Amino acid sequence: MIVVAENLFWGVKRKTIVSDVSLSVARGETLGLIGPNGSGKSSLLRLLAGLRRPDSGRVAIHGQDIAQISRRALSQQIAFVQQNAATDTNVSVLDVVRLGRTPHRSALSGWSPEDQTAVALALERVDMSDRLAQAWQTLSGGERQRVHIARALAQSPKIMFLDEPTNHLDIHHQIEILRLVRDLDLTSVVALHDLNLAAMFCDRIVVLDEGRVFASGTPEDVLTEPLLREVFRVEAGVSSSPYHNRPHIHFMAG
Amino acid sequence: MTTAETERGTFGLALLLTFGLVALAFAIAVATAIGDYSIGLGTVFLAVTNGLGLTGAEISPIEQSVVWNLRLSRALVAALAGAGLSICGAILQALLRNALAEPFVLGVSAGASTGAVSVIVLGVGAGGLSLSLGAFAGAFSAFALVALLSNGATSGPNHTILAGVAASQLFNALTSYIVTTSGNAQQARDVMFWLLGSFGGVRWPDFQLLLVVVVVSLAICIWMARALDAFTFGDEDAAALGIPVARIRLVMFAVTAVLTATIVSMVGAIGFVGLVVPHAARYVIGPLHLRLLPACAVVGAVFMVSADIASRVIVAQQTVPIGVVTALVGVPFFAIILYRARPQP
Repeated sequence: MIVVAENLFWGVKRKTIVSDVSLSVARGETLGLIGPNGSGKSSLLRLLAGLRRPDSGRVAIHGQDIAQISRRALSQQIAFVQQNAATDTNVSVLDVVRLGRTPHRSALSGWSPEDQTAVALALERVDMSDRLAQAWQTLSGGERQRVHIARALAQSPKIMFLDEPTNHLDIHHQIEILRLVRDLDLTSVVALHDLNLAAMFCDRIVVLDEGRVFASGTPEDVLTEPLLREVFRVEAGVSSSPYHNRPHIHFMAG
Repeated sequence: MTTAETERGTFGLALLLTFGLVALAFAIAVATAIGDYSIGLGTVFLAVTNGLGLTGAEISPIEQSVVWNLRLSRALVAALAGAGLSICGAILQALLRNALAEPFVLGVSAGASTGAVSVIVLGVGAGGLSLSLGAFAGAFSAFALVALLSNGATSGPNHTILAGVAASQLFNALTSYIVTTSGNAQQARDVMFWLLGSFGGVRWPDFQLLLVVVVVSLAICIWMARALDAFTFGDEDAAALGIPVARIRLVMFAVTAVLTATIVSMVGAIGFVGLVVPHAARYVIGPLHLRLLPACAVVGAVFMVSADIASRVIVAQQTVPIGVVTALVGVPFFAIILYRARPQP
């Protein structure tokens, strides 16, 4: 297991947001985090990525407690993609992707061939190699998200965490981004809102409800009619899709 | 592709620095030559080499003294102040992620004025405390208050900016209170003149102190330049890139506070340089701080020396406060920033 979380608790003031969460992620797996608004998906993702410190419990990566690893060493292994990270600064696509090399460079070190290769590969992976000089402000939402993923890839991480990376994208770009994430040669944990997309692209799904793990397993095991009723408060029928054999959820208009 | 991009950026910086340093040398020479008592550039050159002990040319002792003791130190302090304020502006714009941030956004100038007024009007320290020391103490009190209100600057950019606004309001109110209740007309005029900034009183010891502070600050900032770049998409993103955000933030705020407080306590609160120059430099050299910070230093220095020259020649026989000159140039630029930053329909 490449990521193991044990009994994580985290809260703000008296409100507990993540409550006794334990989970593990296998190497190369794409794990989906789903749950209603306020169920603690984003917070859990930040605890796993070491961006927040749990009140109790621990997260280990490759068997090592991340609380014992420096921020920089952690960023050489873990990349984090926020939803809609924005800037007013006039940066180019290349500037943004190069930021991904930050954890691998010391204060004044030059630009090394490894840096160069990592950036070139990352840009190629998201199909933005010919857009290097384009200004960030002129990119569309889908392109920005692709550049963010390229930046994360330039970190040469083993694990990538993505917080609702498809928010505000049209369906074409949602599928494009998730296909990209699924086909990446690394372990990824992705928080998602769209249950059908989660079913299509995730190897395994963890369902959060009020900060707790309600269920976890393959999409077939997890996405059941009773669970949808109880956690998401929707009436729905679930069937196996004749096109991709994954579960497909038919919501009832009621 | 990318290597070529890097080389072009480095070449651009080299070009800007070379051009900037030549312009700076020229501006300093002009600033040293002109004044109520005009001195030829040849004499200026000899006076400088005499002062450095390189030559022993025969020139009049008055000219020697005016050039070396008054004008050259003044021009060099102006250059350093311009460089320092511009660096502070660039750093605060990056850390606060706000295009309108400038060196005084953390309340430093308001605090300095309260400190200065306490010395000028109330006579705090009874003559033992110099104006500069009072201003420095005031500036640091304001910064401490901002740090306290924003939990050591860990509460995020907007929280820090609001804390700065609160501190500025408080210290400006204190200044006004002291001036209106205790000051006489002459003192009020002194205070106002000091607030608008003046290079009139600076001498060599000021230059030496400021040189050390500016050089050390610039070195620290360049050392942290990569970390500053990582703030492009915000604090959390910087953390995800391996930056120890809280530590960098606190160190950078402290450096800008020391630098700004030193400059303000020496020459007053000279506005707009720290806002305008980083934007101009970024426009030319791009947003990466390893290039931006040296560019800001040189452009800021040239700008300030030029402004000092202008302040002495606009009105014959009289020096216009330097803050008035920088604002006259700065405000139109500010308007352009506002215009360009307006929400797109």
